[in-house]
Amino acid sequence: MYLLERVRTFRSRRMDSGTEEKIVEKLLFIAALSSTLIVFFIIAFMFKEGIPALALGWDFFFGMIWRPSHNQYGIVPLVVCTFIVGIGALVIAAVIGIPAAIFLAEYAPAWLRNIIKPCVELLVGIPSIVLGFFGLIVIVTYIRDSFGGYGECILAGWIILAIMTLPHVISISEDSIRAVPKGYKEGSLALGATQLQTIKKVILPNARSGILAAMVLGMGNAIGETMAVLMVIGNPEIPFIPSSILDPVRVLTSTIVIEIPYAVWGSLHQQALFALGVVLFIVVAILNLITTAVVRKGAMR
Amino acid sequence: MKVKDEIVKGGLCAAALLSVAVLLIVVGYVFVNGIGVISLNFLLESPYRFEYGGIFPQIIGSICLVAVCLIFAVPMGVASAIYLAEYASDNVITRTVRFFVECLAGIPSIVIGLFGLIFLVYYLDLGICMLSGGLALGFMILPWTVRASEEAIKTVPHAYREASLALGVSKWRTIRSVVLKSAYPGIITGILLGMGKAIGETAVVLLTAGSGLESFLPKSIFDPVASLPVYIYMMATQGHTSAAYSRTFGASLVLITMFLVISIFALLLRNRYIRRMGRR
Repeated sequence: MYLLERVRTFRSRRMDSGTEEKIVEKLLFIAALSSTLIVFFIIAFMFKEGIPALALGWDFFFGMIWRPSHNQYGIVPLVVCTFIVGIGALVIAAVIGIPAAIFLAEYAPAWLRNIIKPCVELLVGIPSIVLGFFGLIVIVTYIRDSFGGYGECILAGWIILAIMTLPHVISISEDSIRAVPKGYKEGSLALGATQLQTIKKVILPNARSGILAAMVLGMGNAIGETMAVLMVIGNPEIPFIPSSILDPVRVLTSTIVIEIPYAVWGSLHQQALFALGVVLFIVVAILNLITTAVVRKGAMR
Repeated sequence: MKVKDEIVKGGLCAAALLSVAVLLIVVGYVFVNGIGVISLNFLLESPYRFEYGGIFPQIIGSICLVAVCLIFAVPMGVASAIYLAEYASDNVITRTVRFFVECLAGIPSIVIGLFGLIFLVYYLDLGICMLSGGLALGFMILPWTVRASEEAIKTVPHAYREASLALGVSKWRTIRSVVLKSAYPGIITGILLGMGKAIGETAVVLLTAGSGLESFLPKSIFDPVASLPVYIYMMATQGHTSAAYSRTFGASLVLITMFLVISIFALLLRNRYIRRMGRR
Protein backbone atom coordinates (compact mmCIF):
# COMPACT_ATOMS: atom_id res chain seq x y z
CA MET A 1 0.00 0.00 0.00
CA TYR A 2 2.72 2.37 1.11
CA LEU A 3 4.76 1.48 -1.94
CA LEU A 4 1.83 2.14 -4.22
CA GLU A 5 1.39 5.56 -2.64
CA ARG A 6 5.05 6.33 -3.25
CA VAL A 7 4.83 5.28 -6.87
CA ARG A 8 1.76 7.42 -7.41
CA THR A 9 3.27 10.54 -5.87
CA PHE A 10 6.48 9.96 -7.76
CA ARG A 11 4.55 9.74 -11.00
CA SER A 12 2.51 12.85 -10.39
CA ARG A 13 5.60 14.72 -9.36
CA ARG A 14 7.30 13.65 -12.53
CA MET A 15 4.39 14.91 -14.60
CA ASP A 16 4.56 18.25 -12.80
CA SER A 17 8.26 18.53 -13.21
CA GLY A 18 7.79 17.71 -16.90
CA THR A 19 5.65 20.78 -17.50
CA GLU A 20 7.87 22.80 -15.18
CA GLU A 21 10.85 21.74 -17.26
CA LYS A 22 9.22 23.00 -20.43
CA ILE A 23 8.20 26.31 -18.89
CA VAL A 24 11.68 26.88 -17.49
CA GLU A 25 13.29 26.13 -20.82
CA LYS A 26 10.95 28.59 -22.56
CA LEU A 27 11.68 31.30 -19.97
CA LEU A 28 15.43 30.83 -20.29
CA PHE A 29 15.11 30.97 -24.06
CA ILE A 30 13.18 34.23 -23.84
CA ALA A 31 15.90 35.69 -21.61
CA ALA A 32 18.60 34.70 -24.10
CA LEU A 33 16.56 36.11 -26.95
CA SER A 34 15.98 39.45 -25.23
CA SER A 35 19.70 40.20 -25.09
CA THR A 36 19.60 39.84 -28.86
CA LEU A 37 16.57 42.09 -29.01
CA ILE A 38 18.37 44.82 -27.07
CA VAL A 39 21.16 44.99 -29.65
CA PHE A 40 18.57 44.93 -32.41
CA PHE A 41 16.67 47.79 -30.75
CA ILE A 42 19.87 49.79 -30.27
CA ILE A 43 20.72 49.51 -33.95
CA ALA A 44 17.14 50.22 -35.07
CA PHE A 45 16.60 53.26 -32.84
CA MET A 46 20.01 54.79 -33.54
CA PHE A 47 19.45 54.52 -37.28
CA LYS A 48 15.87 55.72 -37.08
CA GLU A 49 16.95 58.88 -35.26
CA GLY A 50 20.08 59.39 -37.28
CA ILE A 51 18.73 58.80 -40.78
CA PRO A 52 17.67 62.40 -41.64
CA ALA A 53 21.25 63.51 -40.91
CA LEU A 54 22.85 60.48 -42.57
CA ALA A 55 20.68 61.26 -45.61
CA LEU A 56 22.60 64.51 -46.05
CA GLY A 57 25.08 62.14 -47.65
CA TRP A 58 28.13 63.91 -49.01
CA ASP A 59 27.62 67.02 -46.85
CA PHE A 60 27.54 64.86 -43.74
CA PHE A 61 30.27 62.33 -44.43
CA PHE A 62 32.68 64.59 -46.30
CA GLY A 63 31.65 68.03 -45.02
CA MET A 64 34.55 69.97 -43.54
CA ILE A 65 32.56 72.21 -41.20
CA TRP A 66 30.62 71.22 -38.11
CA ARG A 67 28.67 74.30 -37.03
CA PRO A 68 25.15 73.50 -35.74
CA SER A 69 24.25 77.19 -35.38
CA HIS A 70 24.61 77.53 -39.17
CA ASN A 71 23.03 74.12 -39.83
CA GLN A 72 26.31 72.74 -41.12
CA TYR A 73 26.99 69.18 -40.11
CA GLY A 74 30.21 67.94 -41.70
CA ILE A 75 31.90 65.24 -39.64
CA VAL A 76 35.36 65.17 -41.26
CA PRO A 77 37.13 67.26 -38.58
CA LEU A 78 35.52 65.18 -35.80
CA VAL A 79 36.46 61.86 -37.37
CA VAL A 80 40.01 62.97 -38.13
CA CYS A 81 40.50 64.20 -34.55
CA THR A 82 39.01 60.98 -33.17
CA PHE A 83 41.54 58.90 -35.08
CA ILE A 84 44.46 61.21 -34.26
CA VAL A 85 43.70 60.98 -30.55
CA GLY A 86 42.95 57.23 -30.64
CA ILE A 87 45.98 56.15 -32.68
CA GLY A 88 48.43 58.37 -30.78
CA ALA A 89 47.24 57.04 -27.44
CA LEU A 90 47.48 53.49 -28.68
CA VAL A 91 51.08 53.98 -29.88
CA ILE A 92 52.09 55.27 -26.44
CA ALA A 93 50.25 52.41 -24.73
CA ALA A 94 51.92 49.86 -27.05
CA VAL A 95 55.43 51.26 -26.57
CA ILE A 96 55.11 50.89 -22.80
CA GLY A 97 52.61 48.02 -22.58
CA ILE A 98 54.16 45.39 -24.87
CA PRO A 99 57.62 45.48 -23.24
CA ALA A 100 55.89 45.41 -19.86
CA ALA A 101 53.92 42.33 -20.95
CA ILE A 102 57.13 40.63 -22.18
CA PHE A 103 58.81 41.36 -18.86
CA LEU A 104 55.87 40.00 -16.87
CA ALA A 105 55.58 36.84 -18.94
CA GLU A 106 59.26 36.00 -19.45
CA TYR A 107 61.56 37.70 -16.95
CA ALA A 108 59.66 38.73 -13.84
CA PRO A 109 60.28 36.61 -10.73
CA ALA A 110 57.07 35.17 -9.29
CA TRP A 111 56.89 37.56 -6.34
CA LEU A 112 57.17 40.66 -8.53
CA ARG A 113 54.61 39.30 -10.96
CA ASN A 114 52.24 38.60 -8.09
CA ILE A 115 52.40 42.29 -7.18
CA ILE A 116 52.25 43.82 -10.66
CA LYS A 117 49.63 41.60 -12.24
CA PRO A 118 46.81 42.22 -9.70
CA CYS A 119 47.59 45.97 -9.77
CA VAL A 120 47.19 46.01 -13.54
CA GLU A 121 43.99 43.95 -13.36
CA LEU A 122 42.50 46.20 -10.70
CA LEU A 123 43.13 49.25 -12.79
CA VAL A 124 41.51 47.94 -15.97
CA GLY A 125 38.15 49.35 -14.98
CA ILE A 126 39.16 52.44 -13.02
CA PRO A 127 36.39 55.04 -13.43
CA SER A 128 37.30 57.14 -16.43
CA ILE A 129 35.82 60.29 -14.93
CA VAL A 130 38.45 60.15 -12.17
CA LEU A 131 41.26 59.77 -14.71
CA GLY A 132 39.81 62.70 -16.65
CA PHE A 133 39.76 64.86 -13.54
CA PHE A 134 43.36 63.87 -12.75
CA GLY A 135 44.32 64.80 -16.31
CA LEU A 136 42.57 68.13 -16.05
CA ILE A 137 44.30 69.09 -12.81
CA VAL A 138 47.77 67.60 -13.31
CA ILE A 139 48.54 66.98 -16.98
CA VAL A 140 46.72 69.96 -18.49
CA THR A 141 48.30 72.30 -15.96
CA TYR A 142 51.74 70.84 -16.61
CA ILE A 143 51.42 71.22 -20.39
CA ARG A 144 50.13 74.78 -20.03
CA ASP A 145 53.03 75.73 -17.78
CA SER A 146 55.80 74.14 -19.80
CA PHE A 147 54.64 74.40 -23.43
CA GLY A 148 52.19 77.30 -23.31
CA GLY A 149 48.78 77.40 -24.92
CA TYR A 150 45.59 76.35 -23.17
CA GLY A 151 46.98 73.06 -21.97
CA GLU A 152 43.82 71.25 -23.07
CA CYS A 153 45.09 69.61 -26.24
CA ILE A 154 45.80 66.45 -28.24
CA LEU A 155 48.89 65.66 -26.15
CA ALA A 156 46.86 65.65 -22.91
CA GLY A 157 44.28 63.38 -24.59
CA TRP A 158 47.03 61.00 -25.71
CA ILE A 159 48.49 60.70 -22.24
CA ILE A 160 45.17 60.15 -20.45
CA LEU A 161 43.89 57.65 -23.03
CA ALA A 162 47.23 55.81 -22.97
CA ILE A 163 46.93 55.44 -19.18
CA MET A 164 43.41 54.07 -19.69
CA THR A 165 44.30 51.56 -22.41
CA LEU A 166 47.60 50.45 -20.86
CA PRO A 167 46.12 47.83 -18.49
CA HIS A 168 44.11 46.27 -21.36
CA VAL A 169 47.16 46.10 -23.62
CA ILE A 170 49.36 44.62 -20.88
CA SER A 171 46.95 41.92 -19.72
CA ILE A 172 45.87 40.70 -23.17
CA SER A 173 49.44 40.76 -24.57
CA GLU A 174 50.76 38.91 -21.53
CA ASP A 175 48.08 36.24 -21.88
CA SER A 176 48.98 35.68 -25.54
CA ILE A 177 52.73 35.52 -24.78
CA ARG A 178 52.01 32.95 -22.09
CA ALA A 179 49.88 30.95 -24.50
CA VAL A 180 52.93 30.17 -26.70
CA PRO A 181 53.68 26.47 -26.10
CA LYS A 182 56.57 25.84 -23.69
CA GLY A 183 58.15 23.38 -26.11
CA TYR A 184 58.88 26.11 -28.67
CA LYS A 185 60.78 28.13 -26.13
CA GLU A 186 62.66 25.15 -24.72
CA GLY A 187 63.57 23.98 -28.21
CA SER A 188 65.04 27.35 -29.04
CA LEU A 189 66.97 27.60 -25.78
CA ALA A 190 68.28 24.03 -26.25
CA LEU A 191 69.69 25.04 -29.63
CA GLY A 192 71.84 27.57 -27.81
CA ALA A 193 69.85 30.70 -28.51
CA THR A 194 69.92 33.31 -25.77
CA GLN A 195 66.73 34.26 -23.99
CA LEU A 196 66.57 37.55 -25.90
CA GLN A 197 66.95 35.77 -29.26
CA THR A 198 64.27 33.30 -28.23
CA ILE A 199 61.85 36.08 -27.36
CA LYS A 200 62.55 37.93 -30.60
CA LYS A 201 62.56 34.99 -33.01
CA VAL A 202 60.24 32.45 -31.41
CA ILE A 203 57.91 33.88 -28.82
CA LEU A 204 56.91 37.21 -30.33
CA PRO A 205 56.16 35.84 -33.82
CA ASN A 206 53.93 33.19 -32.25
CA ALA A 207 52.17 35.64 -29.94
CA ARG A 208 51.75 38.15 -32.75
CA SER A 209 48.07 37.61 -33.44
CA GLY A 210 47.16 37.95 -29.76
CA ILE A 211 49.15 41.15 -29.41
CA LEU A 212 47.61 42.51 -32.60
CA ALA A 213 44.15 41.69 -31.25
CA ALA A 214 45.01 43.56 -28.05
CA MET A 215 45.98 46.59 -30.14
CA VAL A 216 42.81 46.65 -32.22
CA LEU A 217 40.65 46.13 -29.14
CA GLY A 218 42.53 48.92 -27.36
CA MET A 219 41.88 51.13 -30.36
CA GLY A 220 38.14 50.41 -30.13
CA ASN A 221 38.16 51.25 -26.42
CA ALA A 222 40.12 54.44 -27.03
CA ILE A 223 37.76 55.66 -29.75
CA GLY A 224 34.64 54.84 -27.76
CA GLU A 225 35.95 56.38 -24.54
CA THR A 226 34.05 59.49 -23.56
CA MET A 227 34.53 61.20 -20.23
CA ALA A 228 38.28 61.04 -19.68
CA VAL A 229 39.00 62.41 -23.15
CA LEU A 230 36.26 65.01 -22.98
CA MET A 231 37.79 66.65 -19.93
CA VAL A 232 41.30 67.18 -21.29
CA ILE A 233 41.09 67.92 -25.02
CA GLY A 234 39.54 71.39 -24.93
CA ASN A 235 36.56 70.91 -27.28
CA PRO A 236 36.75 74.16 -29.31
CA GLU A 237 33.49 75.83 -30.35
CA ILE A 238 34.12 75.05 -34.02
CA PRO A 239 36.13 71.87 -34.52
CA PHE A 240 39.06 72.07 -36.94
CA ILE A 241 41.77 69.77 -38.20
CA PRO A 242 44.71 70.37 -35.84
CA SER A 243 48.15 71.42 -37.02
CA SER A 244 50.08 70.75 -33.82
CA ILE A 245 49.75 68.40 -30.86
CA LEU A 246 49.10 71.43 -28.63
CA ASP A 247 45.88 72.30 -30.48
CA PRO A 248 42.56 71.71 -28.76
CA VAL A 249 40.38 69.19 -30.60
CA ARG A 250 36.88 67.78 -30.55
CA VAL A 251 36.13 64.05 -30.97
CA LEU A 252 32.91 62.16 -31.80
CA THR A 253 32.11 61.14 -28.23
CA SER A 254 32.77 64.52 -26.63
CA THR A 255 30.65 66.29 -29.24
CA ILE A 256 27.67 64.09 -28.37
CA VAL A 257 27.93 64.68 -24.63
CA ILE A 258 28.52 68.42 -24.91
CA GLU A 259 25.85 69.21 -27.49
CA ILE A 260 22.98 66.87 -26.60
CA PRO A 261 21.69 69.08 -23.75
CA TYR A 262 21.48 72.07 -26.13
CA ALA A 263 20.05 70.27 -29.15
CA VAL A 264 16.38 71.03 -29.74
CA TRP A 265 14.46 67.76 -29.66
CA GLY A 266 13.49 66.66 -33.17
CA SER A 267 15.79 69.18 -34.88
CA LEU A 268 18.37 68.25 -37.47
CA HIS A 269 21.02 69.03 -34.85
CA GLN A 270 19.73 66.31 -32.56
CA GLN A 271 19.47 63.89 -35.48
CA ALA A 272 23.03 64.71 -36.49
CA LEU A 273 24.21 63.83 -32.97
CA PHE A 274 22.49 60.44 -33.23
CA ALA A 275 24.13 60.04 -36.63
CA LEU A 276 27.49 60.62 -34.90
CA GLY A 277 26.51 57.79 -32.58
CA VAL A 278 25.84 55.59 -35.61
CA VAL A 279 29.24 56.44 -37.11
CA LEU A 280 30.94 55.69 -33.79
CA PHE A 281 29.05 52.42 -33.50
CA ILE A 282 30.06 51.34 -37.02
CA VAL A 283 33.75 52.25 -36.55
CA VAL A 284 33.95 50.32 -33.28
CA ALA A 285 32.02 47.38 -34.76
CA ILE A 286 34.49 47.18 -37.66
CA LEU A 287 37.44 47.22 -35.23
CA ASN A 288 35.79 44.45 -33.19
CA LEU A 289 35.23 42.35 -36.32
CA ILE A 290 38.92 42.75 -37.18
CA THR A 291 39.83 41.60 -33.66
CA THR A 292 37.65 38.50 -33.97
CA ALA A 293 39.13 37.72 -37.39
CA VAL A 294 42.70 38.13 -36.08
CA VAL A 295 42.02 35.95 -33.05
CA ARG A 296 40.36 33.26 -35.17
CA LYS A 297 43.20 33.25 -37.66
CA GLY A 298 45.70 32.96 -34.79
CA ALA A 299 43.71 30.10 -33.27
CA MET A 300 43.62 28.27 -36.62
CA ARG A 301 47.37 28.42 -36.95
CA MET B 1 75.79 39.46 -25.97
CA LYS B 2 75.42 39.01 -22.23
CA VAL B 3 75.56 42.78 -21.64
CA LYS B 4 72.99 43.42 -24.32
CA ASP B 5 70.64 40.88 -22.74
CA GLU B 6 70.99 42.59 -19.40
CA ILE B 7 70.27 46.02 -20.90
CA VAL B 8 67.15 44.75 -22.66
CA LYS B 9 65.98 43.06 -19.48
CA GLY B 10 66.46 46.32 -17.60
CA GLY B 11 64.49 48.22 -20.23
CA LEU B 12 61.59 45.77 -20.13
CA CYS B 13 61.58 45.87 -16.34
CA ALA B 14 61.50 49.68 -16.45
CA ALA B 15 58.48 49.59 -18.78
CA ALA B 16 56.60 47.26 -16.44
CA LEU B 17 57.41 49.34 -13.37
CA LEU B 18 56.54 52.55 -15.21
CA SER B 19 53.10 51.31 -16.15
CA VAL B 20 52.30 50.28 -12.59
CA ALA B 21 53.82 53.49 -11.23
CA VAL B 22 51.68 55.69 -13.49
CA LEU B 23 48.52 54.01 -12.33
CA LEU B 24 49.55 54.10 -8.67
CA ILE B 25 50.42 57.80 -9.01
CA VAL B 26 46.90 58.56 -10.23
CA VAL B 27 45.29 56.71 -7.33
CA GLY B 28 47.80 58.14 -4.84
CA TYR B 29 47.31 61.70 -6.07
CA VAL B 30 43.54 61.44 -5.69
CA PHE B 31 44.00 59.91 -2.23
CA VAL B 32 46.38 62.59 -0.96
CA ASN B 33 44.24 65.45 -2.25
CA GLY B 34 40.93 63.92 -1.30
CA ILE B 35 41.57 62.58 2.17
CA GLY B 36 41.58 66.09 3.71
CA VAL B 37 37.99 66.76 2.63
CA ILE B 38 36.57 63.48 3.86
CA SER B 39 34.67 63.93 7.08
CA LEU B 40 31.40 62.71 8.47
CA ASN B 41 29.76 65.99 7.43
CA PHE B 42 31.03 65.65 3.88
CA LEU B 43 29.67 62.12 3.61
CA LEU B 44 26.31 62.81 5.27
CA GLU B 45 25.33 66.29 4.05
CA SER B 46 23.60 67.43 0.88
CA PRO B 47 25.36 69.82 -1.48
CA TYR B 48 24.14 73.43 -1.43
CA ARG B 49 24.95 76.54 -3.46
CA PHE B 50 26.72 74.37 -6.01
CA GLU B 51 30.12 73.96 -4.41
CA TYR B 52 29.38 73.66 -0.70
CA GLY B 53 28.07 70.88 1.49
CA GLY B 54 28.59 67.15 1.11
CA ILE B 55 27.81 64.32 -1.23
CA PHE B 56 25.24 62.21 0.63
CA PRO B 57 22.58 62.18 -2.14
CA GLN B 58 25.27 61.34 -4.69
CA ILE B 59 26.49 58.30 -2.74
CA ILE B 60 22.95 57.03 -2.17
CA GLY B 61 22.05 57.75 -5.82
CA SER B 62 25.01 55.79 -7.14
CA ILE B 63 24.15 52.82 -4.93
CA CYS B 64 20.48 52.94 -6.04
CA LEU B 65 21.46 53.09 -9.72
CA VAL B 66 23.75 50.09 -9.38
CA ALA B 67 21.01 48.22 -7.50
CA VAL B 68 18.44 48.81 -10.26
CA CYS B 69 21.06 47.85 -12.84
CA LEU B 70 21.81 44.55 -11.06
CA ILE B 71 18.12 43.72 -10.53
CA PHE B 72 17.77 43.86 -14.30
CA ALA B 73 21.10 42.50 -15.53
CA VAL B 74 21.73 39.61 -13.12
CA PRO B 75 18.58 37.52 -13.69
CA MET B 76 18.66 38.25 -17.43
CA GLY B 77 22.36 37.52 -17.74
CA VAL B 78 22.38 34.34 -15.66
CA ALA B 79 19.24 33.00 -17.37
CA SER B 80 20.71 33.67 -20.83
CA ALA B 81 23.95 32.00 -19.79
CA ILE B 82 22.12 28.92 -18.47
CA TYR B 83 20.22 28.65 -21.74
CA LEU B 84 23.35 29.05 -23.85
CA ALA B 85 25.44 26.64 -21.79
CA GLU B 86 22.91 23.95 -20.87
CA TYR B 87 19.95 23.91 -23.25
CA ALA B 88 20.99 25.35 -26.56
CA SER B 89 22.35 23.06 -29.18
CA ASP B 90 24.83 24.59 -31.55
CA ASN B 91 22.49 25.98 -34.19
CA VAL B 92 21.74 29.21 -35.99
CA ILE B 93 19.74 30.67 -33.10
CA THR B 94 22.38 30.19 -30.44
CA ARG B 95 25.11 31.40 -32.74
CA THR B 96 23.06 34.52 -33.44
CA VAL B 97 22.43 35.11 -29.74
CA ARG B 98 26.12 34.72 -28.96
CA PHE B 99 27.09 37.05 -31.80
CA PHE B 100 24.69 39.74 -30.59
CA VAL B 101 25.92 39.41 -27.00
CA GLU B 102 29.47 39.96 -28.27
CA CYS B 103 28.20 42.96 -30.26
CA LEU B 104 26.60 44.44 -27.16
CA ALA B 105 29.90 44.13 -25.31
CA GLY B 106 31.63 46.20 -27.98
CA ILE B 107 29.15 49.07 -28.13
CA PRO B 108 30.67 52.27 -26.70
CA SER B 109 28.92 53.41 -23.53
CA ILE B 110 27.95 56.76 -25.04
CA VAL B 111 25.93 54.94 -27.72
CA ILE B 112 24.14 52.98 -25.00
CA GLY B 113 23.48 56.32 -23.29
CA LEU B 114 21.98 57.75 -26.49
CA PHE B 115 19.85 54.64 -26.90
CA GLY B 116 18.67 54.94 -23.29
CA LEU B 117 17.76 58.56 -23.95
CA ILE B 118 15.72 57.87 -27.07
CA PHE B 119 14.22 54.51 -26.09
CA LEU B 120 13.73 54.56 -22.32
CA VAL B 121 13.39 58.28 -21.66
CA TYR B 122 11.37 59.35 -24.70
CA TYR B 123 9.88 56.32 -26.44
CA LEU B 124 8.80 54.43 -23.30
CA ASP B 125 8.26 57.82 -21.68
CA LEU B 126 9.96 56.90 -18.40
CA GLY B 127 11.59 60.32 -18.25
CA ILE B 128 15.07 61.04 -16.97
CA CYS B 129 15.00 58.96 -13.82
CA MET B 130 16.55 56.25 -11.70
CA LEU B 131 14.76 53.49 -13.61
CA SER B 132 16.01 54.69 -17.02
CA GLY B 133 19.56 55.11 -15.71
CA GLY B 134 19.59 51.72 -14.01
CA LEU B 135 18.21 49.90 -17.05
CA ALA B 136 20.67 51.62 -19.40
CA LEU B 137 23.53 50.61 -17.07
CA GLY B 138 22.03 47.11 -17.11
CA PHE B 139 22.21 47.01 -20.93
CA MET B 140 25.86 47.98 -20.60
CA ILE B 141 26.92 45.23 -18.17
CA LEU B 142 24.57 42.51 -19.48
CA PRO B 143 27.13 40.97 -21.87
CA TRP B 144 29.69 40.74 -19.08
CA THR B 145 27.31 38.90 -16.77
CA VAL B 146 26.31 36.55 -19.61
CA ARG B 147 29.92 35.83 -20.55
CA ALA B 148 31.18 35.32 -16.98
CA SER B 149 28.22 33.12 -16.03
CA GLU B 150 28.49 31.01 -19.17
CA GLU B 151 32.19 30.46 -18.58
CA ALA B 152 31.59 29.53 -14.92
CA ILE B 153 28.80 27.10 -15.85
CA LYS B 154 30.96 25.47 -18.51
CA THR B 155 33.80 24.75 -16.07
CA VAL B 156 31.52 22.58 -13.91
CA PRO B 157 32.67 19.01 -14.62
CA HIS B 158 30.32 16.90 -16.72
CA ALA B 159 30.46 14.05 -14.20
CA TYR B 160 28.51 16.18 -11.69
CA ARG B 161 25.62 16.58 -14.10
CA GLU B 162 25.69 12.95 -15.17
CA ALA B 163 25.71 11.74 -11.57
CA SER B 164 22.72 13.92 -10.75
CA LEU B 165 20.78 12.94 -13.88
CA ALA B 166 21.54 9.27 -13.24
CA LEU B 167 19.89 9.60 -9.84
CA GLY B 168 16.69 10.48 -11.67
CA VAL B 169 16.84 14.19 -10.91
CA SER B 170 15.26 16.34 -13.60
CA LYS B 171 17.38 18.63 -15.74
CA TRP B 172 16.22 21.90 -14.20
CA ARG B 173 16.70 20.54 -10.64
CA THR B 174 20.19 19.40 -11.66
CA ILE B 175 21.03 22.84 -12.95
CA ARG B 176 19.60 24.54 -9.90
CA SER B 177 21.07 22.42 -7.18
CA VAL B 178 24.23 21.01 -8.76
CA VAL B 179 25.49 23.18 -11.61
CA LEU B 180 24.67 26.61 -10.19
CA LYS B 181 25.89 25.56 -6.77
CA SER B 182 29.39 24.85 -8.04
CA ALA B 183 29.42 27.71 -10.55
CA TYR B 184 28.24 30.50 -8.27
CA PRO B 185 31.67 31.92 -7.23
CA GLY B 186 32.45 32.45 -10.92
CA ILE B 187 29.07 34.02 -11.55
CA ILE B 188 29.42 36.36 -8.57
CA THR B 189 32.89 37.41 -9.76
CA GLY B 190 31.38 38.39 -13.10
CA ILE B 191 28.60 40.32 -11.38
CA LEU B 192 31.07 42.18 -9.15
CA LEU B 193 33.22 43.19 -12.13
CA GLY B 194 30.06 44.44 -13.85
CA MET B 195 29.20 46.41 -10.70
CA GLY B 196 32.61 48.05 -10.78
CA LYS B 197 31.99 49.11 -14.37
CA ALA B 198 28.51 50.39 -13.61
CA ILE B 199 29.42 52.46 -10.57
CA GLY B 200 32.06 54.49 -12.41
CA GLU B 201 30.14 54.97 -15.64
CA THR B 202 29.39 58.61 -16.38
CA ALA B 203 28.17 59.07 -19.95
CA VAL B 204 25.21 56.68 -19.65
CA VAL B 205 24.08 58.13 -16.31
CA LEU B 206 24.50 61.70 -17.51
CA LEU B 207 22.10 61.14 -20.40
CA THR B 208 19.51 58.96 -18.67
CA ALA B 209 19.46 59.47 -14.90
CA GLY B 210 19.93 63.18 -14.35
CA SER B 211 22.58 65.75 -15.06
CA GLY B 212 21.83 68.25 -12.32
CA LEU B 213 23.41 68.47 -8.89
CA GLU B 214 20.27 67.20 -7.20
CA SER B 215 20.52 67.83 -3.51
CA PHE B 216 17.56 65.69 -2.55
CA LEU B 217 17.12 61.96 -2.23
CA PRO B 218 14.97 60.25 -4.87
CA LYS B 219 11.53 59.31 -3.52
CA SER B 220 10.74 56.70 -6.15
CA ILE B 221 12.44 55.04 -9.09
CA PHE B 222 10.74 57.59 -11.37
CA ASP B 223 12.64 60.52 -9.86
CA PRO B 224 15.84 61.90 -11.33
CA VAL B 225 18.80 60.84 -9.24
CA ALA B 226 22.18 62.34 -8.37
CA SER B 227 25.32 60.21 -8.70
CA LEU B 228 29.00 60.46 -7.89
CA PRO B 229 30.38 60.41 -11.47
CA VAL B 230 28.00 63.17 -12.60
CA TYR B 231 28.89 65.22 -9.50
CA ILE B 232 32.59 64.90 -10.34
CA TYR B 233 31.94 65.86 -13.97
CA MET B 234 29.86 68.91 -13.09
CA MET B 235 32.22 70.17 -10.39
CA ALA B 236 35.34 69.61 -12.48
CA THR B 237 34.03 71.31 -15.60
CA GLN B 238 31.88 74.07 -14.13
CA GLY B 239 33.25 74.85 -10.68
CA HIS B 240 36.46 76.84 -10.83
CA THR B 241 37.11 77.54 -7.16
CA SER B 242 39.37 75.65 -4.84
CA ALA B 243 36.33 74.65 -2.76
CA ALA B 244 34.86 72.94 -5.82
CA TYR B 245 38.12 71.18 -6.70
CA SER B 246 38.74 69.90 -3.19
CA ARG B 247 35.17 68.50 -3.09
CA THR B 248 35.74 66.90 -6.48
CA PHE B 249 38.83 65.18 -5.09
CA GLY B 250 36.81 64.03 -2.09
CA ALA B 251 34.07 62.60 -4.32
CA SER B 252 36.71 60.97 -6.59
CA LEU B 253 38.28 59.33 -3.55
CA VAL B 254 34.90 57.96 -2.42
CA LEU B 255 34.19 56.65 -5.94
CA ILE B 256 37.62 55.05 -6.33
CA THR B 257 37.33 53.45 -2.90
CA MET B 258 33.94 51.94 -3.77
CA PHE B 259 35.35 50.71 -7.09
CA LEU B 260 38.49 49.22 -5.51
CA VAL B 261 36.57 47.47 -2.72
CA ILE B 262 34.26 45.83 -5.28
CA SER B 263 37.15 44.84 -7.57
CA ILE B 264 39.44 43.51 -4.84
CA PHE B 265 36.55 41.40 -3.59
CA ALA B 266 36.04 40.09 -7.13
CA LEU B 267 39.73 39.25 -7.62
CA LEU B 268 40.01 37.46 -4.26
CA LEU B 269 36.90 35.44 -4.99
CA ARG B 270 38.19 34.53 -8.44
CA ASN B 271 41.60 33.45 -7.15
CA ARG B 272 40.01 31.24 -4.51
CA TYR B 273 37.70 29.80 -7.13
CA ILE B 274 40.55 29.07 -9.55
CA ARG B 275 42.53 27.37 -6.79
CA ARG B 276 39.51 25.24 -5.88
CA MET B 277 38.95 24.26 -9.49
CA GLY B 278 42.65 23.44 -9.79
CA ARG B 279 42.56 21.06 -6.85
CA ARG B 280 39.88 18.91 -8.43
